[in-house]
Amino acid sequence: MADTQRPLSPHLQVYRWQIQMVTSILHRATGIALAVGTLLVVWGILALASGEAAFAQFKTCIGSPLGLILLLGWSWALSYHLCNGVRHLVQDAGAGYAIPQFVRSSWLSVIGSIVLTAIIWACVLAQGGAA
Amino acid sequence: MNLRVGTDDVRSQLRHPMKFARGLGSAKHGADHWWVQRVTAAALIVLGLWFLITVLSLLHADYASAKAAVAKPWNALLLILFVVTAFWHAVLGLQVVIEDYVHTRWKEVVLLVAIKFLAVLGALAGVLAVLRIALGV
Repeated sequence: MADTQRPLSPHLQVYRWQIQMVTSILHRATGIALAVGTLLVVWGILALASGEAAFAQFKTCIGSPLGLILLLGWSWALSYHLCNGVRHLVQDAGAGYAIPQFVRSSWLSVIGSIVLTAIIWACVLAQGGAA
Repeated sequence: MNLRVGTDDVRSQLRHPMKFARGLGSAKHGADHWWVQRVTAAALIVLGLWFLITVLSLLHADYASAKAAVAKPWNALLLILFVVTAFWHAVLGLQVVIEDYVHTRWKEVVLLVAIKFLAVLGALAGVLAVLRIALGV
């Protein structure tokens, strides 16, 4: 991507994969996804303000198969970014920096995000599904 | 400038006093970006969970009841806070990603300005829409 030809430092491919790398990369990736998801939230509010037809169209779009797949992705992205974000705030406060703690909290973020996503969709299913 | 170089252990003897940034550092913003990203993150823990629960509670609401729910003063207030804080946090995060990975200066600047325009547009659209619903205009 750079137009200057400077030497590059060793990048990801030289390292053995570790959970801490996965959580770090996922935090960025889910952050980018959620930035886009915020536009969906605005679309929803705008549709609600515009009138019944616009809101019905919005509901049809997010209730379509593609919409539901995206919503599943976004709900996991939100869950993950939330869990791992709390982890980062704890680390910013200076706690949890020993390597075993760091690895354990990484796994907690990943597992926590899956549990939270499952709870969200259990709530949806308990109300008789999304559509 | 506070040098803060101790003599009690070898590591601190080997540290150069320049490890402490002078003034606000080379970016001239000090720790402001870092701090605001954390403050908005802390706010979004609460606002994000509130948003999730609210959306789940309105899952099968028809148009009128969804609109009435958003029009409630507390919901309108929290929804405005959520939208503004989310866009603010998103811009700070995207800015770091762009600065890290886009090394062609003009592309970097264009993207940095574009995300700010989009975020202000999105946040204002969201706020105006909530106000329109809440105030019934």
